[in-house]
Amino acid sequence: MTVLARATEVSRRYGDVLALDRVSLDIRAGELVGLLGPNGAGKSTLINLFVGLRRPTSGTVELLGGSPQDPLVRQGIGVTPQETGLPEALRVGEIVDFVSAHYPHRADKGELLERFGLQDLVKRQIGGLSGGQRRRLAVALAFAGEPRVVFLDEPTTGLDVEARRALWDGVRSFHEQGGTIVLTSHYLEEIEALARRVIVVGHGRVLADDTVTAIRDVVGTRRVSLTAAELPELPGVLGSEREDGRVHLLTADPDRLVVELVRSGTPFSGLEIRPTSLEEAFLAITSKETADV
Amino acid sequence: MSSLVLAHTRYQLLEQIRVPLGLVASAFFPAASMLAFVVPFGGDDPVGATRATGSMMMIGAMSAAVMGLSISVAQDREQPWNPYLRTLPAGPFPRFAGRILTTMAVMLAATVPVLVIAALLTKASVTAPRLALGLAALLAGALPFMLIGLFLGFLLPSKAAIGVSQVVFFPIAIVGGLFMPPQFMPEFLQALSPYVPSRGAAELVWSAATGSTPNITGIVMLVVWTVAAALAAAWAYRRDEGRRFS
Repeated sequence: MTVLARATEVSRRYGDVLALDRVSLDIRAGELVGLLGPNGAGKSTLINLFVGLRRPTSGTVELLGGSPQDPLVRQGIGVTPQETGLPEALRVGEIVDFVSAHYPHRADKGELLERFGLQDLVKRQIGGLSGGQRRRLAVALAFAGEPRVVFLDEPTTGLDVEARRALWDGVRSFHEQGGTIVLTSHYLEEIEALARRVIVVGHGRVLADDTVTAIRDVVGTRRVSLTAAELPELPGVLGSEREDGRVHLLTADPDRLVVELVRSGTPFSGLEIRPTSLEEAFLAITSKETADV
Repeated sequence: MSSLVLAHTRYQLLEQIRVPLGLVASAFFPAASMLAFVVPFGGDDPVGATRATGSMMMIGAMSAAVMGLSISVAQDREQPWNPYLRTLPAGPFPRFAGRILTTMAVMLAATVPVLVIAALLTKASVTAPRLALGLAALLAGALPFMLIGLFLGFLLPSKAAIGVSQVVFFPIAIVGGLFMPPQFMPEFLQALSPYVPSRGAAELVWSAATGSTPNITGIVMLVVWTVAAALAAAWAYRRDEGRRFS
């Protein structure tokens, strides 16, 4: 399959902060990819590199066979503005015309607005739109130039259910017609609803790159913590680490793990079971090989 | 390419018209000064009134350039819309050209009330070709001020730009002889006057409108200021680019 966007060994520093650490990934034609990770994980930096807003400190970023810094290359992409920054004084139709003017192929204005449930608002000033309407307009703008790849940064954060559904429908219809989409979110739910492939980003690295189903299984893990001198071989341990005399075990099936632990007769104390955060789960899994218990 | 310049100009003009703060500020102040000073104190002298009208037009143009441009550039830099625009397939030129054309449109619009007051309430007179020449001189003379506006806009946060641009605007306008003809100013200001860019700009307009011989030092200094302001604006632009988009 054609690779539309590619990062090769990309690192990005902001002063002392390493926002991306040797990230490599391919986005292929027709994919709907979700970038998942907590705030500050490096998702936005990665998107900013792909759309040409920032340059990598080291490594290379390729977009549609060229450099994202090249305006001609960017004719093939669509990006969502933050809806808080939309120019208040302009009307909905005017801003669509303005953005469209930059592209050789332009989506039909009426059809585009209808796809995002904005058809009745063409003449409305942006200052008079609700938060949900602004967000939908912001996402619609990404599709104004009939792009090949669309980058959506947190498209539905803070939206009500109805607005979210309208937005998801718009994104899906683009994908069904062969469009490629990269979206970021810190909600697995949003990524699940749209994407097939999930890339989990944390501490500037790609922690996992897999199908939604595989990732969801990992996210369902629990962290079992206890104090014990030595542990026998236990079933279903995905990852483990030891700190200050406590052992933390990651597992998809905490009940079975505890049953086996008790059966083994190993003395332990201070048993604690809690859900893992997404980041924790992936960090633990990626450091599994080096962990020493 | 030119269609993109058009799109950016149209967009910025719409913003100017819908939120006409900059337009009103640039048009109101010279018109008010015209009514308060020129009409009662100099309206009966045809040449003096014509020169004073030219000065007031230059004040409006300076205000649009130094204050209007610096504040709008500084505010735009703070909006998340600004990085979005950079993801669109265009280089910096169309937006930049749109800014300059929009500022010029505001400058020309700001001359309308001054010209109407001059025609109705003073003995100022000008032929059509000299009026056209005067307006061209106005735009040419405003160039260093647009560059100063860009410099301040790219250098300062918007709140600072509002204050600093006013602090820059008034002394330069006064020393340049826009509020009071240079020959009526104290001697040390008369000596200093040709070295500020507003004097050279005003000389261009006066000369275009009345056929007077311009002050040569003033014109040379206008060119010097234009080059210096262009370098400063380019430096501030690169610095801002480097900070936000490298």
